[in-house]
Amino acid sequence: MPEMSGEPPDIEEALLRRAGTRTAAPAAIRSNREAISVELALTVFRQMLRTRALEERSIKMSKSGEAYFWIGGPGEEAFNVCLGLQVHKGRGPAFDYLHLHYRNAGVMLAMGMPMIDHTRQLAMRWTDRHSRGRNFVGHYAIPEWNVVPVSSVIEIQYAMAPGTALVQKRHGLKNPAEAEGISIVVGGDAGTAEGDFETCLNWSTRPGQELPVLMVVTNNRFGISTDMDTVHAHRPIADRADPYGVRHETIDGNDPVAAWHGIQRAMRYVRRERKPFLLEATVSRLHGHSSSSGAQRNWTETDTLAAFEQKLIDAGAIDTASVRALRDEAKKEADDAVVQTMTEPQPTREDVYTFTYAESEVDAVYPKDFTGLPGN
Amino acid sequence: MANMAQAVRMALHYGEKHLGVTDVFGEDVGPPLGGVFTVTQGLKTAWNTPLDERGILGTAMGIAYAGGRPVCEIQFCDYAFNVLDLFKVAGNQRWAGGGTFDMPIVVMTPNGAGIRGSLYHSHSFESWASRLPGWKIVMPSNALDAYGLMLAAIKDPNPVLVLLPKALLRQKDARLIPGEPADADELSRMIDAPVGDRANWEPQWPNLQDYTIPIGVADLVREGTDGTIISYGRPLELCVQAADDLRAAHGHTFDVIDLRSIFPYDWRTISQSVLKTGRVLIVNEDTEVTNFGEHLLRRIVDEHFYDLAVRPRTLMGKHVPGIGMNQNYEMNSVPQLGDVRAAMRELATDAG
Repeated sequence: MPEMSGEPPDIEEALLRRAGTRTAAPAAIRSNREAISVELALTVFRQMLRTRALEERSIKMSKSGEAYFWIGGPGEEAFNVCLGLQVHKGRGPAFDYLHLHYRNAGVMLAMGMPMIDHTRQLAMRWTDRHSRGRNFVGHYAIPEWNVVPVSSVIEIQYAMAPGTALVQKRHGLKNPAEAEGISIVVGGDAGTAEGDFETCLNWSTRPGQELPVLMVVTNNRFGISTDMDTVHAHRPIADRADPYGVRHETIDGNDPVAAWHGIQRAMRYVRRERKPFLLEATVSRLHGHSSSSGAQRNWTETDTLAAFEQKLIDAGAIDTASVRALRDEAKKEADDAVVQTMTEPQPTREDVYTFTYAESEVDAVYPKDFTGLPGN
Repeated sequence: MANMAQAVRMALHYGEKHLGVTDVFGEDVGPPLGGVFTVTQGLKTAWNTPLDERGILGTAMGIAYAGGRPVCEIQFCDYAFNVLDLFKVAGNQRWAGGGTFDMPIVVMTPNGAGIRGSLYHSHSFESWASRLPGWKIVMPSNALDAYGLMLAAIKDPNPVLVLLPKALLRQKDARLIPGEPADADELSRMIDAPVGDRANWEPQWPNLQDYTIPIGVADLVREGTDGTIISYGRPLELCVQAADDLRAAHGHTFDVIDLRSIFPYDWRTISQSVLKTGRVLIVNEDTEVTNFGEHLLRRIVDEHFYDLAVRPRTLMGKHVPGIGMNQNYEMNSVPQLGDVRAAMRELATDAG
């Protein structure tokens, strides 16, 4: 693993460096040959800040006893926020389906999920809308937005995405006005070793039956402690799409401008062509795998948030005082969510069986829900 | 007079036409073959998949998430083992997701020995399946029940696994499925694909009617007082035959319970029969160590210990790594008619 240290670099020095020199506000934020408007850049930046504040507060919860296990995506904010902001959000096959994994808080916050929907799950409350205090944090499930339940089992979401995409493709053929819904499936680099990754490529490319699946791999180069280079031949993961004739691209997921455009290009192709696309985004992992590996800050990796902040300041799009205000606002939002969460009820003994079965007219034993062993 | 394969096929057709089934899929399930056991011939929504069981179950889950009603097939339950985690998630996702999404999928798969299938076409899966909370698991022992249980499986908005005893798929039922023509040859002409070129063949479906067997309801197929026999699937007919033999030869009578649903099982029927007879034998062909029948035995001992006249018994498959190709292996590791008869006779005559 990369060397980690608990101490941040000198903040005052960093702030001095960030003072910036421009006076006139720019029209756009650029990266290489791509650009996004300042307005969009500031929206992305604010959502990245909120996501980071929520993740840092979450880690604190896992260490303070307000929660136990933490896992998340600090370091992936740029990519995740840019993804969340471009989702066609809604319910049913006319809209995008999201098959996420457990590092996607940024996607959800950018889509408009309130922070408390995250902290309730982390604090295992009955009010947790995703799992009633049953699942790890980041295991979201939101039917109104087609966010199907996140599982801890690595990569299985890639085996499910062709199913939602199949229904979407058919729906679009019958309803040409609703023909742009796609299935977005997200996982990490290590998970691509599972056969389900190949399943997704194969099932999305049956001749004549190609499916609108946007396969996303956020590559942070590690599976818990295992360096990708020690267990995979050194080639871009996106190349795995080649034998299937699937279009693919590898982008810098730490650069919000590159991420925005990379996602936009991939989505446009999948929406219009109704065919799959494999998008690999290189990202950082700033707090290790999870609380089980300590969740200490790793200062050796690129911090997408700090880099973007500097870029915006350098461009004159924002000043340090505004950044500070935004950060304070985000931290307060996270703190308030936690305070409220901790007042809310926990699941009880009576809740153990609930939500096992949907109501059934053809089940003589469990017409409503599971109630313990049959006949009790 | 349909056989079990035809009965399931007709149930799937009824499901497509009346119950909103959107997809019937699996390996070799679509044209031209229509399933290695012909279960899916002629179905409008049947399609072939890559040879990938994980893709089959995963895609079924995705279709269900997006509002479809899929029925998928694992070609033999012997090949369900590399999908166990997806089975687990399909069963637990509703609980884990706090009831946010239903999972209305049906998985059907041929189960058990009896077709000279050697090691990898002879497994039994019900004991494994019984350890998948959130699922419902049914196993018919005859064609009419196969039709009725398949309709229940399709109607139920939860994941349902339909285990089809593969040795019974060609077995005809004396009873008629509602809407089925009385003449078996006529039925065959209507719905069995011709041998050879099938490119222009279309089935002529009979005007089938609803016939649903609720999940969790057993069938008491023989009544008696000298013992309770609990079975399902392929060995059920052996139990019935043995009961009839022992009645004729010795005047013994038995309650023979066809469980039909592995989970949820019909505890009331089991319990009432045990109270009546005080003698219990559980028969199935799955291997005996950590067998689903052992759970039933545990509950019977827990709840009816003082109602039992003699020690409760099981007759199950031997704990061996597989069913060997030579028939001597199968005959000596899977309960046969003689074994069932002997066990039932012993149960009835145990002086206690």
